[in-house]
Amino acid sequence: MNDSKKPSLGTFLLLAVAVALDAGGTLLLSGGMKHVGSIEAATSPAVVRAFGRAFARVEIWLGIATLIMWFICSLVLFSRIDFSYFQPASAIGYALVALLGYAVLGETVTAARWIGIVCICAGVTLIGRTPPRTTA
Amino acid sequence: MRTVVCLSIVILAGTGGDLLSAHAMKQSARLEVTGGSAVAMLLQGGFRLSAMWAGLVLQALAFFTLLALLSWADVSFVVPATALNYVVGAAGSVLFFREQVDRTRWAGVLLVCLGVAFIFASER
Repeated sequence: MNDSKKPSLGTFLLLAVAVALDAGGTLLLSGGMKHVGSIEAATSPAVVRAFGRAFARVEIWLGIATLIMWFICSLVLFSRIDFSYFQPASAIGYALVALLGYAVLGETVTAARWIGIVCICAGVTLIGRTPPRTTA
Repeated sequence: MRTVVCLSIVILAGTGGDLLSAHAMKQSARLEVTGGSAVAMLLQGGFRLSAMWAGLVLQALAFFTLLALLSWADVSFVVPATALNYVVGAAGSVLFFREQVDRTRWAGVLLVCLGVAFIFASER
């Protein structure tokens, strides 16, 4: 993608959908696993039983389905925009997950965690702005 | 402690899986596979390589470890903390592939490290 060719409104919307699907899928997995309870690696059969309980929950399957849709959206986006544009744009997902964790799952998101998320978003944006280079 | 161990597995196995899958897909582009569409041929070639299967095993390990991690840790902690994969990716590209990483990228990596340090501080 060169600078003169701006992404279309459709591409922006698809990017927003991809970020929302990623955050939503992870949130569903988290919500499902909270119902299963903490998985302790005491014995292998206990871990297998815990995962059995996890995969009996609808949230886990909805989460997996949502993440598959995110993967398909990402593939379509990769055909339209550069990865160096996709990566920083999707960094907002870190903040969205925290926001949804707070609003939907009732998690406590402290000021330190928000500062950390802002730093991570800024860092990923910087990494994404680095021009790709090969040594060959 | 278990959180750090599981997070390390998620990051290392996830990044390793991505690298192996990418390596396999690049290799498959050089294989001669007949019939089907271009994408199907590429995937068919990729799945003939052991690197692709090794990559899938690592990605499955990362996924199940992430599920276990989410059973006790907050999603608002786990997901931002997995941003450490950018650090692993940059370090791996220098150590294993002898790639050049410029200052802007290192500045980004440092910011991610700082951010993850704040995230860990918020857990205590």
